[in-house]
Amino acid sequence: MAKKTYIKAITDALDIVLDEDPKTLIFGEDVGKNGGVFRTTQGLQDKYGEDRVFDTPLAESGILGLATGLGVTGWRPIPEIQFMGFSFEAIDQIAGQEARMRFRFDGKQHSPVTIRTPYGGGTHTAEMHADNLENFFTGVPGLRVVMPSNPYDAKGLLISSVESNDPVLFMENLKLYRSMKDDIPEGKYTVPLDQANVVQEGTDLTIVAYGAEVNEAKKVADKLKDKASIEVIDLRTVSPIDTDTIFKSIEKTHKVVIVQEAQKMAGVGAQVASAIAEDAILSLDAPIGRVAAPNSVYPFAQGEDYWIPGADEIEEKVNEILNY
Amino acid sequence: MAQSSVVDFDAIKKNLADLPKPIQILDENSKVVDKEAFDSFSDDDLVEFMKKMVWERALHEQTMNFSRQGRMGFYAPTEGEEASEMGTVLAMKKQDYLLPAYRDVPQLIQHGATVTEAYLWSRGHVVGNKYEARAMMPQIIIGAAYDEAAGVAMGLKKNGEEAIAFTYTGDGGTSQGDSYEGMNFAGAFQVPALFIVQNNGFAISTPRNKQTAAPSLAQKAVAAGIPSVQVDGMDILACYKVAKAARDYIIAGNGPVMIETLTYRYGAHSSAGDDPSRYRTEEDTKPWHEKDPLIRLRKVLEDKGLWSDEQEDSLVDEYKATFKDAIKEADAVPVDKVSDMLKRTFEIPTPEMRKEIEKFEAKESN
Repeated sequence: MAKKTYIKAITDALDIVLDEDPKTLIFGEDVGKNGGVFRTTQGLQDKYGEDRVFDTPLAESGILGLATGLGVTGWRPIPEIQFMGFSFEAIDQIAGQEARMRFRFDGKQHSPVTIRTPYGGGTHTAEMHADNLENFFTGVPGLRVVMPSNPYDAKGLLISSVESNDPVLFMENLKLYRSMKDDIPEGKYTVPLDQANVVQEGTDLTIVAYGAEVNEAKKVADKLKDKASIEVIDLRTVSPIDTDTIFKSIEKTHKVVIVQEAQKMAGVGAQVASAIAEDAILSLDAPIGRVAAPNSVYPFAQGEDYWIPGADEIEEKVNEILNY
Repeated sequence: MAQSSVVDFDAIKKNLADLPKPIQILDENSKVVDKEAFDSFSDDDLVEFMKKMVWERALHEQTMNFSRQGRMGFYAPTEGEEASEMGTVLAMKKQDYLLPAYRDVPQLIQHGATVTEAYLWSRGHVVGNKYEARAMMPQIIIGAAYDEAAGVAMGLKKNGEEAIAFTYTGDGGTSQGDSYEGMNFAGAFQVPALFIVQNNGFAISTPRNKQTAAPSLAQKAVAAGIPSVQVDGMDILACYKVAKAARDYIIAGNGPVMIETLTYRYGAHSSAGDDPSRYRTEEDTKPWHEKDPLIRLRKVLEDKGLWSDEQEDSLVDEYKATFKDAIKEADAVPVDKVSDMLKRTFEIPTPEMRKEIEKFEAKESN
């Protein structure tokens, strides 16, 4: 075990999949010599050579088209989109092409792509660098969307994503990159896709969160521990959503608050709320609580500090639902 | 005119329009204009080329008939483009990977898909995409195939295969950003890809001269460092010879090539309601009919005593009989099930989809 940052956990995972599977390829803007703008691919080109880890021209649709084509010729591509906002340039290759390959050919051809991309607010980046865009991509059939909330999960989920023959959009939280350290086992381990994690058990209220908000939720659960026993669920994979774990939890707690960093409209939280409303509403004895960002355009850097919902907003909503 | 002493933009612009003549072996009067190239073909070769074009036109005519009878789905007519399509695809080898656009179904069949599969694709049935050929399904998103061709070509190269990626788009397709990105990636990585632009004059109704100020579409490859050439797309001998030369050049490790074929779509954009009389006149179309690729080669063959009307008629009958068998086979394929659509979305279905699959399977077994 060694204390490692979220970034190092990802580098570890990439090192392992490059070593284990000679068909894996890492490519994108500045991922080679420079080791990525956040150094997530640091040292990998030196270790595995330019045939396996390489820089591409600056064009996101081109990068993901390259991935689709490499996938159908027997390779296992792990392209990087430097910042998630740039994925708008590649919507067709993600939603129109990669996610449909297996369906189109009934499995006779497929393209096992894992797209890595950093997202998320709180680091005061330039515009289009921090937006939480999972709401877009969770609406794409044929694509899994994975959002680890900590370094341990990041490593284990990334290995599972690469090993999956289905395409995965792997979203790495920018703020957590260097702000969080975990004890990470050396060598290979996996964290399963499609499964949520009960990160803290409780009996009075369930908080469902993912990404950086899991840590905010834990803060609230800790702060209120003398007043209420709060269960915290980390979705880990946001498409599909592990509803079984959520339903099991609310059967016990009868109260739920759903937390997301993204805008409230048409997203992961809405999907969780709808699943509960459809299949588990009778478990609840209070309305579903939601904490999400306002439905404005993502703010410029200075606005992030008070726009992104954090522990205060969660605490307020949790108290409201507890006191219902 | 604004003049500058340091740079003459007018002269630079004029230079852009100074294009070499498109490559041609047989001119529109069936006169051999490149004897050496022409003599490299045997009589059998010439007959084979003719047969392929007769096959493609028969396929078009029969498919249009089926379409009028309501027996087809989406169909993009190919009449007029036989030399461009057959000439280029005949340079492909079985191990090559084809990335066609929706008007390139004849090439997909040449590369190994069956006519039945092509008809099923047209109707929108997944069995139409389960061909043995090494190929993507006909691409609907214009430009996407160019991006993917760069990836396929890189994959083939990394596999150490003696194979290349062949991809097609049209004149409209060259306006898509993805076309530039795909060619630029292929050039940057020097991967074995052949980009073919079938310039048939129109993107649905928008004429070629409204797509771009570039004097040729072949020039669009130049900025990616890719050698490119215009070829008479109504001359199958030239189309084949240039595509074959391109493949040889690419296989030798020289990186990608782009070919622009100058051709024409006689019919509508698609069989789904496009009316070409809204955007072009018979006067516009007539000169292209005079360049017809079948008439052009037929005359050469007749002069050599290698071809007759009777022979052609009997071939057309023979081909059409196979198309009629193919549509019967397509008719016999059972409709797709929703449970199967769910199953093929992922290799490992999500928990929620498993429940959906069960639900539909129960419904479907009733």
